[in-house]
Amino acid sequence: MIVKKTHKGPAAVLVLVLLVIGLVGVAAAGCGEAADLPAAGGSDTTASGTAATTAGSGGQSAPLTASLNGAGATFPEPLYIEWIGEFQAANPEVTINYQGIGSGGGIEQFTKLTVDFGASDAPMKDEEVTAAEAAGGAKVLHIPTVFGAVVLAYNLEGIEGLKLDPGTLAAIFLGTITSWNDAKVAALNPGVTLPDKPIQVVHRSDSSGTTSIFTGYLAQVSSEWADTVGGGKEVQWPVGIGGQGNDGVAAVVQQQAGSIGYVELSYATESGLTMATLQNQAGNFIIPSLESTSAAAVGVEFPEDLRFSVSNSTGEQAYPIVGATWILVYEKMKDAAKVDALKAWLTWSLNEGTAIAEELGYAPLSEELKALALAKIESISTF
Amino acid sequence: MRWPRSNPSAPSRVISTTKSASPWQRRGVGRRADSLFVILAASSGVLILLVLAWMVVSTTGTALPVFGSQGISFITSSEWSPSDGEFGALAFIYGTVITSVIALLIAIPLSLGVSLFLTEYSPKRLKTPIGYAIDLLAAVPSVIYGLWGVFILLPLFLQPTADFLAKYLGFIPIFKGPASGLSYFGAGVILAVMITPIITSLCREVFATVPNADRHAAYALGATKWEMIRQSVLPRGRAGIVGAIMLGLGRALGETIAVALLIGSAVRIDVSWLRPGYSMAAVIANQFQEATGDHIRALVGVGVVLFALTILINMGARALVWRFNRI
Amino acid sequence: MSDSLSSIVPGGSQDRWAGRRVGPGVSLKDCRPTRRRVWRDRRNTFLVSLAVGITMIPVVMILYQITAKGIATMDWEFLTSSMPLSFRREGGGFLNGLVGTFIMVGLASAVSIPFGVLAAVYLVEYGKKNWLAKLIRFFSDVMTGVPSVFVGLFVYTALVIEFGFGALMGAASLAIIMMPIIVRSTEEMLKLVPQELKDASYALGAAKWQTVIKIILPSAAPGITTGVMLAVARAAGETAPLILTALGSYQLTAKLWGKPMSSLTLAIFDGARNPFAAGQARAWAGALELLIIVLVFTIAARLVASRSRISR
Repeated sequence: MIVKKTHKGPAAVLVLVLLVIGLVGVAAAGCGEAADLPAAGGSDTTASGTAATTAGSGGQSAPLTASLNGAGATFPEPLYIEWIGEFQAANPEVTINYQGIGSGGGIEQFTKLTVDFGASDAPMKDEEVTAAEAAGGAKVLHIPTVFGAVVLAYNLEGIEGLKLDPGTLAAIFLGTITSWNDAKVAALNPGVTLPDKPIQVVHRSDSSGTTSIFTGYLAQVSSEWADTVGGGKEVQWPVGIGGQGNDGVAAVVQQQAGSIGYVELSYATESGLTMATLQNQAGNFIIPSLESTSAAAVGVEFPEDLRFSVSNSTGEQAYPIVGATWILVYEKMKDAAKVDALKAWLTWSLNEGTAIAEELGYAPLSEELKALALAKIESISTF
Repeated sequence: MRWPRSNPSAPSRVISTTKSASPWQRRGVGRRADSLFVILAASSGVLILLVLAWMVVSTTGTALPVFGSQGISFITSSEWSPSDGEFGALAFIYGTVITSVIALLIAIPLSLGVSLFLTEYSPKRLKTPIGYAIDLLAAVPSVIYGLWGVFILLPLFLQPTADFLAKYLGFIPIFKGPASGLSYFGAGVILAVMITPIITSLCREVFATVPNADRHAAYALGATKWEMIRQSVLPRGRAGIVGAIMLGLGRALGETIAVALLIGSAVRIDVSWLRPGYSMAAVIANQFQEATGDHIRALVGVGVVLFALTILINMGARALVWRFNRI
Repeated sequence: MSDSLSSIVPGGSQDRWAGRRVGPGVSLKDCRPTRRRVWRDRRNTFLVSLAVGITMIPVVMILYQITAKGIATMDWEFLTSSMPLSFRREGGGFLNGLVGTFIMVGLASAVSIPFGVLAAVYLVEYGKKNWLAKLIRFFSDVMTGVPSVFVGLFVYTALVIEFGFGALMGAASLAIIMMPIIVRSTEEMLKLVPQELKDASYALGAAKWQTVIKIILPSAAPGITTGVMLAVARAAGETAPLILTALGSYQLTAKLWGKPMSSLTLAIFDGARNPFAAGQARAWAGALELLIIVLVFTIAARLVASRSRISR
């Protein structure tokens, strides 16, 4: 047996490669981190999704310095991310992390005190408010930020502006209407050749304020829906494919031919999905848009705690499925720096941020409502 | 220089522990280092056992409150409503089993075909490229399978096939529409692609151990190729083939990402294979990030059930393959 | 076996075969199989080839399409920058994920390679067939079959609840996945080291531990490297355990614990669930990046194996 020459080569190569990998990794991260995070301290860890990155650059120091964490609805997430980005650019010492995990998750995190503010499209129920106030030791404030439309995005080749009415919509999501060329759908869309394809319903698989807005509307317009499924952040869907978050539902509608799902307006427009035209309470077929969303918020009574619903509005040109979205904060917080930063951000967003909101298709608050909201923000203070 | 052939059965300890002339051993340094080294090496091995034990204890412990509050309904009920505190995982168990069954139905004939091809039919120059291709399939990470599955396989193959099946075979309950590519079927197909390389490589090894004499014997008696395979190759490898299939099944049961992207994320039990559903691994991956408190415990509990199922299948498979392959 | 064979052996019980009388002086021509058997054989050959053809399709498709779609978005910016503010925005890249993968796989390897190799050394050199070795071998095999999502759940319940999400947790789960693979493949390689080599070392007076470190391990190094590289490739491609331990993040970070970290696989996973064109384009480029990394390790492993002619 010839004694083989021992092959040290490959082992050495491997060790070298791994060392290089580790070093490169740490080095790159080191450089990266220094540039990305001017503020000290990492974010709190929460059992939730991905964190938004900071766009901050170096620059002159600003009076506001804080690191804020928020979590909640995906409904307004595209807007909040833009607001955060702009605000951080103007206030480089402030870091705001927002995680879109759904309204239910947002309320939970807020109650568990793992985030500084929550976000939800469904106002907290009384039990939830009691629990949160007990946990945080202070009153819970609902700050409405914008109104958004829940649209029905669908995937049917060549068919634009599909018309639906409340009864048909409920039947589709109940699973009683199963085909696109069903008589009821065809009756609403004369002159359009509907394909003989089965309807694939898409809904949310996570706890969602968007679901709450949508199912709340369905419960209002369809007694069958109210009896069998009901409204809420999570319901037992009779049929349909599940998507995670507003973006998940949009993705599934994109992937699945013949599907229809409910998403917030900007998700549909940004993903290139066609939206259905819905018949509102006044009997008109309304195209979802900034104008029709704003029209829904007109003439609504606002209670003192600012928890309200604008669903199925009576306005002539109002889009029927509209919801407000709230930021949840405690009236009193411990950290003064955080209080200042939060108040500044919220005030800025409600005032200067309206242009961005409109660009993305969210309807800003009416003057009256904005005044009420700003007053609430003002009342945030330290213990 | 040819070293005198040593007796393989003679313990090598004979040489190293005698009172030899080595200065190391006389000084005892070598001995002490030897004992230390054995302990180090043995501990590394024991580490695996400890980790496995800790795994079982830690996860079951975390999930225990939910097991307690839900009782047996955790695995017999399909009511999964975290906000109400209802946790019944039956829908996920059902989905896991169904997708794995579909995957096996597709993967077994394919794997047997490929492995037979490679050992019996293939000309020499095709063996290496096809072997490489199979290894490549095995090496592709599952998230890439998921990405490819959603954006390419779904429109090109899954959706048309599902529509076709629903249209012409829709009277059979498992093919009832409305059909979606994002369904048990879609997940099953991508699982099939993922487990085929595993079953193929194992079957290859199994078939390669059949002695050529057996093959020639069959030929000498006038058998055609297929008859030879049926007589000499397949019967001998039966235990190994079953073991390979069970290992593939074990992999299919635990596959998470590709299934999460293609199964449709619907918390319900559906008889039709062409409708969306959920699997145990997929629900953990999808719901974990926004879950809190009891919901997380319930997801851990689902993981424990999955672990138990996979372990049973894997241990059975290993026993079979072991019996076949080893001493 | 005799039953079915009697149908093909000429001169059987009926002295007739394929309809022809068979008797003395039967020529080889009469020993041709019946047309039915030939047809069956041909059909099965076709089916087997069909199976191969069908199985080759995904391989070709995956390689081609990931390359084609990935190349379209892969550019210098992609390789060197992190995620933009949100998924809708164009540009940016997966650097946060790439770095995360490097860090976590590097850490996991640093732990699993030494322990894995040592455990294999125990199995081959010391334990051999004793009860402990048998136990370790069996449960290593079992561990390779544990779903990776469960490993993630374990690290979550054991570590994350206490210490929070982070790179170390992700690395821990990867190490648990890698270690049994390394143990088993290293064991196979160590077994191939010829006994004569070890005997020569002992005869020259070396202690056992010296023999292991200086003779056995270097001799099996190519094979061990192969196994290790395959384990690394596997770890680089894992997603599910990282969802539960490292959580994922848009930020580029080197903080090892207390802060969520991304990985290439997590970034691709998020991109796959995206409806936005920009997010999807990045996902394809990320997939190409990941595929290249995994393939490089896998092919390198094969090259090392074949160059040193260690075959299984």
